[in-house]
Amino acid sequence: MSLVELHAIHKSFGAVQVLKGIDLKIDEGQVIALIGRSGSGKSTLLRTINGLETIDDGTIMVAGKKVGDHDTDLLDLRLNVGMVFQQFNLFPHYTALENVMLSPQVVKKQSKSEARAIAEEMLVKVGLADKMTHYPDQLSGGQQQRVAIARALAMKPRVLLCDEVTSALDPELVNEVLAVVRQLAEEGMTLVMVTHEMRFAREVCDTLVFMHHGRIHEKGAPEAVFANPKTPELANFVGGLAG
Amino acid sequence: MPEFTLWDIVYNLLLAARWTVLLSLVAFVVGGVVALLLLLVRTAGSRWASRLVRGYVELFQGTPLLMQLFILFFGLPLIGIDVSPWIAAMLGLTLFTSAFLTEIWRGCVESVNKGQWEASATLGMNFTQQMRYIILPQALRIGIAPTVGFSVQVVKGTAVTSIIGFVELTKAGSMISNATYAPFTVYGCVAVLYFVICYPLSLYARRLEGKLHNVSR
Repeated sequence: MSLVELHAIHKSFGAVQVLKGIDLKIDEGQVIALIGRSGSGKSTLLRTINGLETIDDGTIMVAGKKVGDHDTDLLDLRLNVGMVFQQFNLFPHYTALENVMLSPQVVKKQSKSEARAIAEEMLVKVGLADKMTHYPDQLSGGQQQRVAIARALAMKPRVLLCDEVTSALDPELVNEVLAVVRQLAEEGMTLVMVTHEMRFAREVCDTLVFMHHGRIHEKGAPEAVFANPKTPELANFVGGLAG
Repeated sequence: MPEFTLWDIVYNLLLAARWTVLLSLVAFVVGGVVALLLLLVRTAGSRWASRLVRGYVELFQGTPLLMQLFILFFGLPLIGIDVSPWIAAMLGLTLFTSAFLTEIWRGCVESVNKGQWEASATLGMNFTQQMRYIILPQALRIGIAPTVGFSVQVVKGTAVTSIIGFVELTKAGSMISNATYAPFTVYGCVAVLYFVICYPLSLYARRLEGKLHNVSR
């Protein structure tokens, strides 16, 4: 059984149909990139996986449990699914360490020392051992994003969703964040990312999902998808990148 | 005919000013608690409950405080509840304060970035935890200055309660003025006393505002 199973997901914003029937299975350890033009529905799809967007029709199963509309279901779901955002969304009134410690303490009811140990471990992992007592506004964008990754990891999710995690960063800060994501992939973390970093997606992911007009247009190993696009839309998209 | 010295006037006004301060404090503290509850309903409650709160706020913002006091003071006895001027004044000002504070604080909560809600939600927090650890601490920092600023309005609002016979600073002023035939001196003193209460609050609000702009946390 797959870790995440999406079946016939439909979603509209008003009159605009954003997702027109998405089926997708994500296995444990799989690293998937959602690619496509802006407006193709990839961010929306990602956000349905942890219930940030409600769906109009279809089913979502995470770790064998159907995700319903009830709050308790959602909380349950979110313990399995972590997320990192384009805009970091760190809590500005807490230090880096407190940002990472908060949820294990509050949601998982871990003791302060337990939460602290995990938080320190995660911050070391993302290379911020020396920034633990800094507040978000004292950190660079790349450092903030790494804190955000550590914060998500501290909850020990089974899958991590990454929504354009480098799009808000200055070019020179992109690599430090990608390096952390790459490390996670190598450690076997299940990852679903929306990204515009095609070279990175090609190197790190085992599956590329090309979305077009609210549908999954093509799906496959990165080499195959890039080398032999089967549809003109993908050929166009890949060609546009090269040009 | 007895002679009144300036000290007699000021002394009696000071005694009455205690009621102005007490009324302001009660209205502000109780109104604040009510506002916090209304804010939670407005933010978390069903659409229906949230609409009800909005109606409440609109009602108190859209009618003069004087009418609210009249309705409480003359209306409640009609349905068999006898209210003293003190109770009517306290109730009226508390309702008035709660409506305005609800609206001020709602603005503060809404000015907290939407990403903060989403990030805390994806970390598994429920509404109460989000409010307590993420949203309210940030909204509080934004809200302190306008809240203190509004407290000045509450202090000045207490003057209206003189009309229903509650003896606070303004009512005492008019009584003393009737006895002394020196309205200019008396009301001058009344104005100075209001200023002495309100000015430090205004100053404090301004200082808080300056501080808030300098640091983001």
